[in-house]
Amino acid sequence: MDEQIGTKWMKMKKESEKEKKVIYKTMKRIRMIEEAIAEKYPEGKMRCPTHLSIGQELTPTIISMLTSKRDKAVSTHRCHAHYLAKGGSLKRMIAELHGKTNGCCKGKGGSMHLIDMKVGFMGSSAIVGNSIPVGTGIALAEKIRKTNNISIVYLGDAATEEGVFYESINFAALKKLDILYVCENNLYSVYTPLKERQPPNRNIVETVKSMGVEYTKNLTERKTEDLYKELKLVLGKIKKNGGPGFVEVETYRWREHCGPNYDNHIGYRNESEFMEYQKTDPLNMLEQMLTKEVVEFEIWKEELEKRISDEISRAFEYAEQSPWPEETEGIKGIYADNGSYK
Amino acid sequence: MKFCELVRKAIEDEMDKDETVICYGLGVTDPKGVFGTTKDLHKKFGNKRVFDMPTSENGMTGIGVGAAIMGLKVIMTHQRVDFFLLAMDQVVNSAAKMHYMYGNQLNCPIVIRLIIGRGWGQGPTHSQSLQAWFAHIPGLKVVMPTFAEDAYTLLREAIQDPNPVIYLEHRWLHETNESSVKGNISIGKARICREGKHCTIVSNSYLTLESIKAASYLSERHGIECEIIDLATVKPIDEKTILESVKKTRRICVLDTGFEICGLASEIISMVCINNEIELIDKPIKGSMKDIPEPTSYGLTKNTYLDAADISRKLLKMFKETIVENELMKLKPTRHDIPGDSFKGPF
Repeated sequence: MDEQIGTKWMKMKKESEKEKKVIYKTMKRIRMIEEAIAEKYPEGKMRCPTHLSIGQELTPTIISMLTSKRDKAVSTHRCHAHYLAKGGSLKRMIAELHGKTNGCCKGKGGSMHLIDMKVGFMGSSAIVGNSIPVGTGIALAEKIRKTNNISIVYLGDAATEEGVFYESINFAALKKLDILYVCENNLYSVYTPLKERQPPNRNIVETVKSMGVEYTKNLTERKTEDLYKELKLVLGKIKKNGGPGFVEVETYRWREHCGPNYDNHIGYRNESEFMEYQKTDPLNMLEQMLTKEVVEFEIWKEELEKRISDEISRAFEYAEQSPWPEETEGIKGIYADNGSYK
Repeated sequence: MKFCELVRKAIEDEMDKDETVICYGLGVTDPKGVFGTTKDLHKKFGNKRVFDMPTSENGMTGIGVGAAIMGLKVIMTHQRVDFFLLAMDQVVNSAAKMHYMYGNQLNCPIVIRLIIGRGWGQGPTHSQSLQAWFAHIPGLKVVMPTFAEDAYTLLREAIQDPNPVIYLEHRWLHETNESSVKGNISIGKARICREGKHCTIVSNSYLTLESIKAASYLSERHGIECEIIDLATVKPIDEKTILESVKKTRRICVLDTGFEICGLASEIISMVCINNEIELIDKPIKGSMKDIPEPTSYGLTKNTYLDAADISRKLLKMFKETIVENELMKLKPTRHDIPGDSFKGPF
């Protein structure tokens, strides 16, 4: 091999290895956090509806790697992975799930309303489709202020059935907003499968494309490297040329819609479908890849797991030791100017 | 200046003063400029700050919320409140909740201008006064100016308010130029626009003008002195001013442009009745829209709207005074479906 090409190849290999490790680390951390929540949820200390992101960690992990804290993101009821990948405080998230005063919303939001403005995570909504225009408005403000920051709007497949989705896409296309809509298609709206909700062969990406969105792509979490490359390409184009983008990513939710358990036995989806997606679990596949590619990966992985596990323990300790909000806190902060509300 | 011109001036003055203010809505930049309230503003401030919008009420409200939490001050306009019903998710679940739900880390300074009205065959879906809907939601402020000068003052204050404010303009007020009576006005403060010792009339928006007419008649012909409180802000409601007045008069008549069931009039009457320091001499009077959709036909709307004659009749009954029908007839407008001869429609 030509020496120069050889060096370049080595460098590329090393860089891709580094990136893969970062992806693995972030995904693994989210997975372990979510599993810890699932394990502790039955204790009854986290008393709010909780939608776990297990199985859906890869896309937000990559998007957050490719964007900065200045770029904003909004999310849905299933927001843990989006929040954590963006760099949202773990301690404050766990405290929020516990309804404690140190929670990221002072205990007033709960699992479905996470926020960490320091890292550009601008909130998440319990109402399907509700945060789509809000994220679009953030992009409008960025454009008016000429900041060049990108807004990320996470949504699920069911949100593409809401009118406000089309209203927002239309406006983003009209104003050429720097925004990426990320539709994570996990096939179900609660327990209702896509086939009950949309005609066969509906292609969401084509629909959006026909509305004037230039950068669109159909993607899947089954292929980590491709997903990374494609998202990098789309985000790069938006950064460079402006204008909205839309991606639909195939993904799969492992646990029940809301809560800590598995629910394959209740009859709305079958075990074989679940097993099929388990086989292509991006985290597992990446782990296998890294085992082959990285020297002493096992040692690195063990250390990583230990670190994450310690961090999780500390976060739960922090949450449990945090005080409850004072009872009077509930009637405070309804308006931003306390003066005029008696 | 007329009400509609002062609305426009309030927006213009705030946009001049504060470059974070933006203004949009369907028809904002069209030749008519929402009954003159936004006419030509885009020519002065450019299309980045003043723009027309897609016909997407819910989406555009959410977009306003997103821009507002980023620090812009958003003024959004709709030609009728009825269109805005498509946006209830964004106003109730987003705008109203943002500040509280996220632990006071962000505000949502958005003003939503909605036009209410009556008459000229506006019919079931172009005439509703839904202030009670908005007032029902914690986190919203609801403003309903009556006098042209107050429209200016309250709109400027609403734009600078760090909270979402629903600003309701009665279509029949746009062409009026009633100057406000003495005293300062601000959000959360009602206006006593006539003092009296016999009965408190709490009224809002266009109905305050009818109340004033009724009160003059009742004073001149029957010696009944009504104290008129123009609510101006529906939420947060000025409980203090209302209760103090009723403590004095011990009678109350509440007039509201909205529907009677679970409405604003019921709310104010209950506020007075459960107060331990008030013992009413007479049963309260409630004047609201009947629990029926507003019909369209000129022939069907004759007895739909409250006017000075109806208000006078209610109060004369309360005071057990003789009702002189032909005098009351003089308080009626020549045509019940228009505010005056200047109004020629079409909407």
